[in-house]
Amino acid sequence: MRLIAAALLLGLASPLLADSSLPPSQWADRQLPDAKQEVAAKNLMAELRCLVCQGQSIADSDAELAGDMRAMVRERIAAGESPKEIRRWLIERYGDWVTFAPPVKPLTWPLWAAPLFLLVVGAALAARRLRARR
Amino acid sequence: MSRKVILFAPLAMLFAFSVVAVWRLANPPETAIRSRLEGKAVAAFALPAAVRGRGGLSSGDLAAGKPKLLNIFASWCVPCLAEAPVLLDLKLRGVTIEAIAVRDREADVADFLVRNGDPFDRIGSDRDSRAQMALGSSGVPESFVIDGQGVIRYQHVGPIEPEDVATILAEMEKAR
Repeated sequence: MRLIAAALLLGLASPLLADSSLPPSQWADRQLPDAKQEVAAKNLMAELRCLVCQGQSIADSDAELAGDMRAMVRERIAAGESPKEIRRWLIERYGDWVTFAPPVKPLTWPLWAAPLFLLVVGAALAARRLRARR
Repeated sequence: MSRKVILFAPLAMLFAFSVVAVWRLANPPETAIRSRLEGKAVAAFALPAAVRGRGGLSSGDLAAGKPKLLNIFASWCVPCLAEAPVLLDLKLRGVTIEAIAVRDREADVADFLVRNGDPFDRIGSDRDSRAQMALGSSGVPESFVIDGQGVIRYQHVGPIEPEDVATILAEMEKAR
């Protein structure tokens, strides 16, 4: 009984030292004053992958590095850089993996072509069926 | 004939999908994110000193004609504790180690060095992870072997364990 209680209590324990004690960066969770720039920054954040949690975008993630990445995106957009340039800068460092929008290139073209291919095959099948019925 | 093929196509596709799914579940892809900058020069950065009385770290310090090990750590990072004695060992074997402390306070870094030993030459303070991102690093600890021209030759993700020492020394030798 006591063992079970101890085990349950262990489940409540949270890692004490998994995060730094510094507050989030200034622009991690604050919107840019220019609404247009903020929209551009938000759109880019939604398609950049968090390097820590890996399944979330940096817009959704609570990881500290994601916060620092949001701050970097906002600052660079405020400084006049285009989202495209920022994405290229990150891809240069972390690979295509870092963006949720895979670029079209020989390795990924099956990914982009598959829906079209399936649509054509489906249409052909349906056409044959309909013609046969008539 | 072609009718039969079409009838069995969905089953075959399900089978193929199951094979791929089972294979990937049994052998998950590597989750460590490696920097793509191996073979490229370190991007320019300049960090203030993380501890008073010690040099800060800039990209110029990493292109001073001699290969160096750049260690990215933090006082709040648990695996860094395990790595500390291995870094001390590497220093004893003649490796020059520069460091970047990520998202850290001066007092905390100083305390970490007192408790775990201090194998570092310079320690830059990277309060907003900007230099870490410029290096293509995605966590702490990570280490880079950088040659005398400031070109990244090798990246080690995660703590350097005692069994990794030989690899690091070999990479340092290659970078000479």
